[in-house]
Amino acid sequence: MGLKSPSFRKFWNVFMILISALCCVVCGIVLAIVVAFVISKGYKALNWNFFTKLPLPVGMSGGGVANAIVGSIEIVLMASLLAVPIGVLAGIYLALFGRGHLAANVRFFSDVLTGMPSIAIGIFAYSLIVIPTGHFSAYSAAIALAVIMLPIVVRTTEEAVRLVPGVIREGALALGIPAWKSTLLVTVPVARAGIVTGALLSVARVTGESAPLLFTAFGSQFWTKGFSSPIAALPLVIFINGISPYPDWQQLAWGCALVLVVLVFALNLIARLAFSRRVSAN
Amino acid sequence: MQTIENGQPAQTTETTATSLEVKNLSAYYGKHLAVKGVNMNFEPGAITALIGPSGCGKSTLLRCLNRMHEVIPNARAEGEVLLDGQNLYEPGVDPTDTRRRIGMVFQRPNPFPTMTIVDNVLAGVRLAGKPPGDATMEEIAEKSLRRAALWDEVKDKLHKAGTSLSGGQQQRLCIARALAVDPEVLLMDEPASALDPISTVKIEELMRELRGAYTIIIVTHNMQQAARCSDYTGFMLAGESATGELVEFDSTSKMFTTPKEKRTEDYITGRFG
Repeated sequence: MGLKSPSFRKFWNVFMILISALCCVVCGIVLAIVVAFVISKGYKALNWNFFTKLPLPVGMSGGGVANAIVGSIEIVLMASLLAVPIGVLAGIYLALFGRGHLAANVRFFSDVLTGMPSIAIGIFAYSLIVIPTGHFSAYSAAIALAVIMLPIVVRTTEEAVRLVPGVIREGALALGIPAWKSTLLVTVPVARAGIVTGALLSVARVTGESAPLLFTAFGSQFWTKGFSSPIAALPLVIFINGISPYPDWQQLAWGCALVLVVLVFALNLIARLAFSRRVSAN
Repeated sequence: MQTIENGQPAQTTETTATSLEVKNLSAYYGKHLAVKGVNMNFEPGAITALIGPSGCGKSTLLRCLNRMHEVIPNARAEGEVLLDGQNLYEPGVDPTDTRRRIGMVFQRPNPFPTMTIVDNVLAGVRLAGKPPGDATMEEIAEKSLRRAALWDEVKDKLHKAGTSLSGGQQQRLCIARALAVDPEVLLMDEPASALDPISTVKIEELMRELRGAYTIIIVTHNMQQAARCSDYTGFMLAGESATGELVEFDSTSKMFTTPKEKRTEDYITGRFG
């Protein structure tokens, strides 16, 4: 292999940097176009009624999607309560104790589950919960979303806890601190920012899911009557209103899309801030 | 047994420190025998150094003494470690009790990153149970930091992060943390190898101050350090199939002037390792 001349290497270096920069710009442009489009279409829908009123029949102006906003929050909150504790504990187990066949299998199936199409999880929740109980419900939607969140929380928690240097845990054990206290009160707090980041990103991921909700939450024009009734959600409003022929409804759909984008953006931002705080603290 | 230091008889170790004895101790990583059949009697209140080339099993042996070896997956030890006459490897002995009685300082300073300086010192006391006595938490923290010769440097910033200190200060913080639970024995695994020369001197001074109150066992790569600081020296060497054995164990002055074993002499005079 012959040595390249310095001027050629410099040219090649600049050329490759330009290619990389171009790719970054393309990624940025796609995001910018989507966001700009959603904002330009959606901002007109945002007003007081949008956030406080129920949907109105076609032809009547002044309706809102308050029930869908509350419904989305309710479903995602329930899903988080189900998925985050189980996922975090499973991730801690995998990071610190998981070495046998069980752990290897949990890891493998988590990875498969992460890539599972969400509509498959929707039909799973439909046949497992909605059909036996005989009705669409908020809790079936929460369970479907929890299934999607679980593997994300498990693997991000595992990675975060794995990043904690082993000498920290050994230092705790060497003081005569019992293993469970060393794990929960010394090791895990070091990984706290990473765990919170993973949980927030999984929330961001499922907040926009619509396919599983079609089979489970179903949607509703009214305030929810409880956990076992059909419930409205933002992604469902986007889907149903967006394909409707009525401009008023389409406008609401754009508004919902904007609210979702802002929500996901905010969650990502919070996750990022939590992470950067950790880095600067060390 | 009389203690000899630098050729001069040392002050007789009048001590309340606890005795530690190793009988036929072998350590394994899975099927690999890493340390074979070690017998040693550590003088109470004295400083014993373990020296030898990399991979000779000196750190492994050290970690067997407070049952930290078995924390590594598939690692196990056989034989007896007698602390004040009690075998720590007897069934029914709780390893967490053992570790409270035998403190440990690691090669790299490892203060807990989420805790302040004072929380680091008190971590063991809070999470492993308060040592006997009616001292308050503040008193324990101050006493431990003073013993670790760190108090004057940190007394005005006790509530800053432990990781905000310099490397040498962090290591003394870890020593304070180990002392806070009031151990009987202190194990030090190359405590100064990650530190600059000035910090190293401070750690060595500190060891000499703690001498007498604690039975101290230190693993070191640095032969000068062993010669400077220790009363006794054990030389370990890995033979065939990387199994470490104790070659010779005697007072430090004898080890460094008139070793019995040819291999000890070769190592100490720098002919290998």
